[in-house]
Amino acid sequence: MTMTVGEHIITIAMVVLGTMITRFLPFILFPANKPTPKYIQYLGRALPPASLGLLVVYALKDVNILTGSRGIPELIAVVVVLAVHLWKRQMLLSIAAGTVIYMVLVQMVF
Amino acid sequence: MMETKKETAIKALKAAFPQTIPILAGYVFLSIAYGVYMNAFGFNFLYPMFMSMLIYAGTVQFVAVGFLLGTFDPVNALALTLMINARYLFYGISMLEKYRFPGIKGFFLIFGMSDETFSINLGANIPEDVDKGWFMLFVTLLNYSYWVSGSILGGLFGELIEFNTKGLEFAMTSMFIVIFLEQWLKEESHKSSLLGLGVSLLCLIIFGSGNFIIPSMLIIILLLSVRKESFMKAGEIK
Repeated sequence: MTMTVGEHIITIAMVVLGTMITRFLPFILFPANKPTPKYIQYLGRALPPASLGLLVVYALKDVNILTGSRGIPELIAVVVVLAVHLWKRQMLLSIAAGTVIYMVLVQMVF
Repeated sequence: MMETKKETAIKALKAAFPQTIPILAGYVFLSIAYGVYMNAFGFNFLYPMFMSMLIYAGTVQFVAVGFLLGTFDPVNALALTLMINARYLFYGISMLEKYRFPGIKGFFLIFGMSDETFSINLGANIPEDVDKGWFMLFVTLLNYSYWVSGSILGGLFGELIEFNTKGLEFAMTSMFIVIFLEQWLKEESHKSSLLGLGVSLLCLIIFGSGNFIIPSMLIIILLLSVRKESFMKAGEIK
């Protein structure tokens, strides 16, 4: 079933709302005139690396190592991204290399 | 002699632009891919355009294509968006002091807080004589304009060419891996990075791909809270 344009707009509005809540909430909860609790300051420092780790797993969450291509194209592409990035350290190049390799693998090889 | 407001702004723009060049490349590529991706599913370019203008968050925009193709479920869309973007809460916490500007300036800095903009505005070596507020505003504005224009181009471009987009979504995966690797190469201690990877992977195995984000976040926050001493160096740059 396809949604109507009105339903599309409502769905997009929900995504906008959810995104804006996550961006604005800390500024609403911890206003300028009050000192930010030490614990929140600690979390602000310690959480970003863990969030990035979570994002990597999130991006690869649908890879199934038991069926289909068994995650081999993903594994190869991840290695390519890491290798190219460690070699040149240029974000665009690393992203492009990984994406192109992955597209070639899933379109022509697997 | 005092600088005029215009001179202050131009100076900040000149300092900000070079720092956004890598993001210009990354965003334009990724947002064109996003526009083409949406176009491949039959969406008019107005969809990627407005979604990029109003949402301006790469991951959730890709995921939202799935919402639009599935059954109408706004509550689920909101819940998943909150989960996926929960990391912005932590960026916000880190920017509480820096982003305190009244009016539209403060609003736009917070509205336009992406992973990349956040990282520049958090760690930038802003020259002494450059106005920090203007600098951060230009970084935010430039990155935002790259993202929006790419989405429009991709959305229009996709209508003109036949293009097999299978696997294109890996651009997003590659981006996260690169950002994670960059963090890894810069950080003093890998404990928080490893915690994020490990806990999420474990939760993915236990709870499955549809339900692992919230348990992962709760366990990460719990472990960071009870083992504060071991994570004191987390997030510090070498």
